[in-house]
Amino acid sequence: MYAQMVKTDADKVRDISEMSPEERAFQERIDRGEKIEPTDWMPDGYRKTLIRQIGQHAHSEIVGQLPEGNWITRAPTLERKAILLAKVQDEAGHGLYLYCAAETLGVSRDELIELLHAGKMKYSSIFNYPTLNWADIGAVGWLVDGAAIMNQVPLQRTSFGPYSRAMIRICKEESFHQRQGFDIMMKMAKGTEAQRRMAQDALNRFWYPSLMMFGPSDKDSVHSAQSMAWKIKINTNDELRQKFVDQTVPQAEYLGLSIPDEHLTWNEDKGGFDFSEPDWSEFFEVLKGNGPCNRERMDARVKAWEDGAWVRDGLMAHADKRAAARQAAE
Amino acid sequence: MGGSNDKIASDILFEWLLRRGDTVLVLGHRVSEWCGHSPVLEEDIALANVALDLIGQARMWLSLAGEVEGKGRGENELAYLRDAWDFRNVLLAEQPNGDFGKTLMRQFLIDTFQVLQLKELETSADPRIAAIAAKAGKEAAYHLDRSADLVIRLGDGTPESHRRMQDALDQLWSYTGELFTSDEIDQAMSDAGLAPDPASLKSEWQKTVDEVLAEATLTAPDSAFAHLGGLTGRHSEHLGHLLAEMQFLQRAYPGATW
Repeated sequence: MYAQMVKTDADKVRDISEMSPEERAFQERIDRGEKIEPTDWMPDGYRKTLIRQIGQHAHSEIVGQLPEGNWITRAPTLERKAILLAKVQDEAGHGLYLYCAAETLGVSRDELIELLHAGKMKYSSIFNYPTLNWADIGAVGWLVDGAAIMNQVPLQRTSFGPYSRAMIRICKEESFHQRQGFDIMMKMAKGTEAQRRMAQDALNRFWYPSLMMFGPSDKDSVHSAQSMAWKIKINTNDELRQKFVDQTVPQAEYLGLSIPDEHLTWNEDKGGFDFSEPDWSEFFEVLKGNGPCNRERMDARVKAWEDGAWVRDGLMAHADKRAAARQAAE
Repeated sequence: MGGSNDKIASDILFEWLLRRGDTVLVLGHRVSEWCGHSPVLEEDIALANVALDLIGQARMWLSLAGEVEGKGRGENELAYLRDAWDFRNVLLAEQPNGDFGKTLMRQFLIDTFQVLQLKELETSADPRIAAIAAKAGKEAAYHLDRSADLVIRLGDGTPESHRRMQDALDQLWSYTGELFTSDEIDQAMSDAGLAPDPASLKSEWQKTVDEVLAEATLTAPDSAFAHLGGLTGRHSEHLGHLLAEMQFLQRAYPGATW
């Protein structure tokens, strides 16, 4: 899940009888499962919330290049290097896709990037954690992409057409990435003692931050209720987190790794695992900018943007010259 | 052994293949350093794509080199377990990225060479070389389209982009001569009909480069001086650091499979 705690501006979810005729017609279309397209009428709140959500998702893809890029130059074989490069290229492609989807709502990519750099938009908390050993690249694919897929698969059915279509494509690539991540974990977990140690260390560090990706419990959140009414959120955070844990625990067992949670137990009645909550105070600190890598991540993005200004300006200037030359020739 | 080639001694063919493989490996590594740090999202994608192609080409050349050598070394042993003096890439490939302009200029100068060399290699008397060249040639043609186009746009963009591209050209020019040096290995390869003599590619390379630079309003330095050494294993200080990073896991954890 690359969008966390997206606000809707709603103070309560309104009953259909309280809506204007336009709004009612809009809500009825959503309830019938119709897709909303960019030129259709939509409430301001829907538009703003989607811009926040899609923008946050796009930023996550872009910032998410950094922890993985950290190991591209140190990948242990040429095949692993090629796979990781292809993966990070996919992430950049997802970012591009999502910025385009956001642009259909009337905001430009540059505006969104400026908001990110000014600290006014977020990206997923997970990318503020460091990748310290090679198994982290496996763990990111297995756990982080795994958690993202949990959220993104249902979002293929989201009400906003461009977002839904982007998700369909992105999900195909993400599930590929998750398999590649698990494959790295397999090699590490079945490898030398040092490799097993790396694998366990990666799981220890990424387990709780992965659970945090779903966001705190939102069963009482007005924002989540509104987003669910608009079908831009399909499941509650707790539902998705439970599903993720239930899927991941047997995989960890298969790898011979231990989930770092002494309270993890199978609960026959609910047909799922009981597990410990992550430390939510840590989560809120990370959101405030106090994660291990917040500063490095943002500094790296701002530096890339500022260092690249002359390139973007040069390309624009050349395009203007060409346009002027064409005009003169006519 | 699948590595036999009755037209040439295997140690000569091995050396020549390392020159191909190491140049694209080292260049691919350099390009991959940009991941997540480029000036614009489209370039993040393009740079990753170019790096991916180059690493793919390196894998093909180095696998064949290992096969020809016949000592059981594969692409990974060759990439990760040789020290700098055994690398045979041109010095141009290992030059640090610098700013985007320098990375791009380095790419353009090598792409132009790659396109010409790979085109000739498609008719190599060794079908294994011809097959690699056919695949790599398509990629190189795309890389050159992109790098030449960007050199033109940025050379003839703003005064600052022009200055940066001119600086890049000035810094890198003396490393281009090595591409066209020709020694007994090239001679033997050429005599056997396996590869073109690099010197024979110079005039065509110059023509393309001149055309692009003219359109980019850039001027090549008026100097024929060439830094040499990469192709025979005498490198700049930069390669050791690049390899220390690239080879870290294989060196620190010998015998592990990844």
